[in-house]
Amino acid sequence: MVNLVTKIGDIILKNPIMPASGTFSEDLADVFDLDCLGAHVTKTITTEKRGGNATPRVCEVRGSMLNSIGIPSKGIDHFIKNTIPIYKKYNAPLVVSISAHNADDFAKICEKISVPGVAAIEVNISCPNIEEGGKAFAMRPSSTFKVMSKLRQATDLPLWAKLTPNTGETTEVAIAAEQGGADALVVSNTLLSMAIDIKTRKPKLGNLMGGLSGPSLKPIALRMTYQCAKSVKIPIIGCGGISTVEDIIEYLLAGATAVQIGTATFINPTIMQTLIAQLEQYLVAEKINNVSELVGAVLDEDAADAVVFMEAAL
Amino acid sequence: MSKCKSQANGQDLQTSYPIQEAVTVVKSNQSINGEYRKLILDAPTEILNCQPGQFFHLLCPLETIDQPYLRRPMSIYGYYPQKRELHFLYKVTGEGTRTLAGLNPNDKLNVLGPLGVGFHIENNCQNLLLLARGVGLATLAPLALEAKRLGRNLTAICSARSEDVLMSVDYFRNLGAQVITVTDSQNTSNIENIKLIIEQLIADGKVDAMYTCGSNRFLKLLQDIGQQHNISGEIALEQQMACGVGMCQCCVRSFNKKHGITHERVCREGPVFKISEAMAW
Repeated sequence: MVNLVTKIGDIILKNPIMPASGTFSEDLADVFDLDCLGAHVTKTITTEKRGGNATPRVCEVRGSMLNSIGIPSKGIDHFIKNTIPIYKKYNAPLVVSISAHNADDFAKICEKISVPGVAAIEVNISCPNIEEGGKAFAMRPSSTFKVMSKLRQATDLPLWAKLTPNTGETTEVAIAAEQGGADALVVSNTLLSMAIDIKTRKPKLGNLMGGLSGPSLKPIALRMTYQCAKSVKIPIIGCGGISTVEDIIEYLLAGATAVQIGTATFINPTIMQTLIAQLEQYLVAEKINNVSELVGAVLDEDAADAVVFMEAAL
Repeated sequence: MSKCKSQANGQDLQTSYPIQEAVTVVKSNQSINGEYRKLILDAPTEILNCQPGQFFHLLCPLETIDQPYLRRPMSIYGYYPQKRELHFLYKVTGEGTRTLAGLNPNDKLNVLGPLGVGFHIENNCQNLLLLARGVGLATLAPLALEAKRLGRNLTAICSARSEDVLMSVDYFRNLGAQVITVTDSQNTSNIENIKLIIEQLIADGKVDAMYTCGSNRFLKLLQDIGQQHNISGEIALEQQMACGVGMCQCCVRSFNKKHGITHERVCREGPVFKISEAMAW
């Protein structure tokens, strides 16, 4: 019998597959048994109520999509009172995603959300839609370290820092998050993108720009997963464009301990349970006892000397 | 090991989740006039426990040069559990519907549903008025069937560009509805004329509730009339969607509720909303 059990720090997941924030809600319980998942990751909440961005909030590009949802949030009080109790009936650990406009507000919501029923906090320091012009903490190592240090002091719960592909300093940001006190890295959020309707000559998104997700993002987030896994000791949760079991295995080989599935759920809402079954079948077929044997098992020695993590010229 | 109940493998369908992903088989897919096509699917009865006004999210085939990535929401034109049939009426307007038009009998189509909250027919409403234009009439067809089953009186005002593309007129007539057609070519489809028609129907005692679909013009008209005559009603709204189940928050619209303006998801809280709360766009 193969073992899919996965540990992220002290948190034990029955398998390494969980939803990506923003693509999951309790509504999905109408489609399959949510307790089959390794963890539950909720959509980012903020302290205050937020309406979200103007529509259209989503558009498709070939084989992928852009979104600028803009984190509509009913606010943290509503979330603690109404949403957390919904997840109490499940065994899967609950991971709550939070965000804020500045480090102090971030620390406040982090402290407030540290309540029974929450297993870990995913800190969305990388949303391209919440701050003006797509600014985010995780674009620079200095702002990453600053916000993570404040968050670390605000809670005893595990902190998962969600990184962004919208940076030229992936490894430096990853190291800054680790030094600031992150317990794991989620790699990564969406890539800032744009699309224009040539008939109307208007941007296809109401918010002008938005985040690219889906299969086109996969090679980028996979590269970042590899870079981060080589740079830090904390576990990496791979996220970006996964839609097949082969994608999952690729992320594990690149160094991810677990993975998040996002946009693929929009196309096939039952895909996560299918992928869990297929991952198990793969391990059986390949005679691999523990899924952890795949983590970081990419054979890169021959290339290691030649590896250059693209760095900025001085 | 995995305790997952897998719908995808066809196991545990009897567990009966309210929303199901199912592979259907095309029975026919034919043009019914110059503009519209009717798709008839052979579907498992588990997904045919629908309400009028609900919709399915269709995974368009990728066998052509068109590559629609997201599913396409489509309101149900008819559901017939005894025949295992699911009907859709559509107009080819873009990438998604172009791929649907290419479906041939025996082709497979993955559908997700039924989704959303449908129309309500209140017990004290004996006389129902349906008003829609073009393919919007398709959305009201299952409502008409349900009204007939409940023994209610129906009046349907069907609008179109011209007489040859009028939709569902025979369908409504066969259900015993009084059908009033209005068209652009006859210069009868303008809002002022429709307003006169409805006010006459109200004067004749033929309108206890009003139903419409999709149109901003009809929404405003029925809001005005509803307020003036204290007649309630419902509207099925459209909005671009990604997930169709409620997770992504893509398909929100604004609604005027007692405690202020709120955002509701068309896929989850809708697609059917109160005419009095919907906001013109």
